[in-house]
Amino acid sequence: MSMQESKYQVSQKGYYGKFGGAYIPEMLYPNVEELRENYLQIINEPSFQAQFRSLLKDYVGRPTPLYFATRLSEKFGAKIYLKREDLCHTGAHKVNNTVGQILLARALGKKKIIAETGAGQHGVATATVCALMGMDCVVYMGEIDMARQKPNVERMKILGAQVIPATSGSKTLKDATNEAMRHWINNPADTHYIIGSVVGPHPYPDMVARFQSVISEEIKAQLLEKEQKTDPDFIFACVGGGSNAAGAYYHYLDKEDVKLIAVEASGLGNESGKSAATTALGKEGVLHGSRTLLMQTSDGQVVEPYSISAGLDYPGIGPFHANLFDSGRARFVGITDEEAMNAGLLLSRLEGIIPAVESAHAFAALSKVDLGKDKIVVVNLSGRGDKDLETYIKWGKY
Amino acid sequence: MNRIDQAFESDKKDILNVYFTAGYPELDDTVRIARALESAGADMIEIGIPFSDPVADGPTIQESSTKALKNGMNLKLLMKQLEELREQVTIPVLLMGYINPILQYGFEAFCKDCERVGVDGLILPDMPLYEYEELYQEVLEQHGLYNIFLISPQTLEDRIRKIDELSNGFVYMVSSSSITGAKGDISAEQVNYFNRVNSMGLKNKRLIGFGISNRETFVEASKYADGAIIGSAFIKLLSENASDNNIKKFIQEIKGVS
Repeated sequence: MSMQESKYQVSQKGYYGKFGGAYIPEMLYPNVEELRENYLQIINEPSFQAQFRSLLKDYVGRPTPLYFATRLSEKFGAKIYLKREDLCHTGAHKVNNTVGQILLARALGKKKIIAETGAGQHGVATATVCALMGMDCVVYMGEIDMARQKPNVERMKILGAQVIPATSGSKTLKDATNEAMRHWINNPADTHYIIGSVVGPHPYPDMVARFQSVISEEIKAQLLEKEQKTDPDFIFACVGGGSNAAGAYYHYLDKEDVKLIAVEASGLGNESGKSAATTALGKEGVLHGSRTLLMQTSDGQVVEPYSISAGLDYPGIGPFHANLFDSGRARFVGITDEEAMNAGLLLSRLEGIIPAVESAHAFAALSKVDLGKDKIVVVNLSGRGDKDLETYIKWGKY
Repeated sequence: MNRIDQAFESDKKDILNVYFTAGYPELDDTVRIARALESAGADMIEIGIPFSDPVADGPTIQESSTKALKNGMNLKLLMKQLEELREQVTIPVLLMGYINPILQYGFEAFCKDCERVGVDGLILPDMPLYEYEELYQEVLEQHGLYNIFLISPQTLEDRIRKIDELSNGFVYMVSSSSITGAKGDISAEQVNYFNRVNSMGLKNKRLIGFGISNRETFVEASKYADGAIIGSAFIKLLSENASDNNIKKFIQEIKGVS
């Protein structure tokens, strides 16, 4: 395995600084070890890359545009570009990862796919590629989330996936992840687990970041064309587990002049007890196989987070991001429900784009950071708002 | 000598290790259940530290954890209960727990308190080998605590040897590729796995866990190891009727005492 030089990339032992590792029960070890031993070699094979690139282009619809947002730029006095991940097939960046992982699963000879999902976006992206490849698909989803996100449950079923409610614990994303891990323990031989974010035991965070890194790869080329330079001054991205942010930052990690703004969901406010802002409220801990920042009680029990956006209410962040926070490489900003919804409505009116509520958090942070005049800003528009229409309608004020 | 070694040295065959969750079914049941288990003939007890996200456990143990947390169980309180427990119970006491609550307590403080209250060994299912060697082994050893790692049917030979080297007292043989509480008889495939491990000449004793639920499976498992661990089946019993009499009946039946 090739060692990464960057202090922001994963080490050979699977760590980002002091975060990461593979804290998993022995029963899961062979599965994860098989992946760790093979993922780099498989991903780097020319035939794999050719298939992956071809599907990203013709199936997902990449490259996604880097759109200069004229009216938004005028409002903030900066040159704001939107990376249009919302235009990906299935409506968000999630599919970049599921396309990569299903090809990897196939290369490993796996026949069945399992996944966890919170809002249902990753579940839909997984069900989609399983249909594409003719593979069995089981998606675990918290019972409470299933009730909140009915259309996505039906989308998965239309695509042929079996959706199993996670009824343990708090019945949300973290419990769906627990259930998926248990399923994998019980079915070690023929099953691959497609984790949807840069979380989980090593090598998942690195693997998912690599599949999402196409986002910053494209930003570089597109900025060069539009601005005659590859590097923006700022990149804004929302962070739940952190996969879209990891992809948007990936090729800029060692370019310290590029300021990375990571936007977390503060829910009703960080002091309200209803928040998902992990760096503000979390402490170092271990969940779902990695050592990272985690929202928890003083007794080490994992706290159920809250955000209006179902994609951001995960109690931790990936170890990749915990290290960016700890090292000061990225600046973390908290955005409340209200700020996010206002930003979503603003973008709708100024640019004719209704963003996913997750992505709306990234836009809301534009007013929290002193951008400076005419600076080049990229906002990763990670998903579209179709899935959130009900949330917008309930919110009203438009 | 560590009580775990003593238990094996007493030349008793068929060691019965019984798992239960601290603070379940009632917050103050920990000491009473341990006492009842010892007097009924259990050779070792394994007390689970409740955690909100126990990925290696099935629904039975997770539900007991959830209930215990609701009851108000936490590590500070458990240490107090263990202090009282040790005055009344002489058999080995192991703590089984996921790493996160222990990290919040402070790993070193935890080991120190375990030694003080008379805990003999730790089973930390999500502790990786590399981190154990680098960061934690020395702390356990300083406090005279045994560390017990798990192996599964998928664990390769080199790794079993490494796990044996890093374990003390016994190695926990997970009977099948499953979470706790999975059912089923012992298959030919499992027998092959037990025999394969037994022929390796490991330094540690071996106990078989996961799927052991009654006299029949206990006797069968004991043929291939130094004894077995009962968890989910006992938790299920506690959920129905946690009285001393009921515990006694259950344990004596498994041990074949009439």
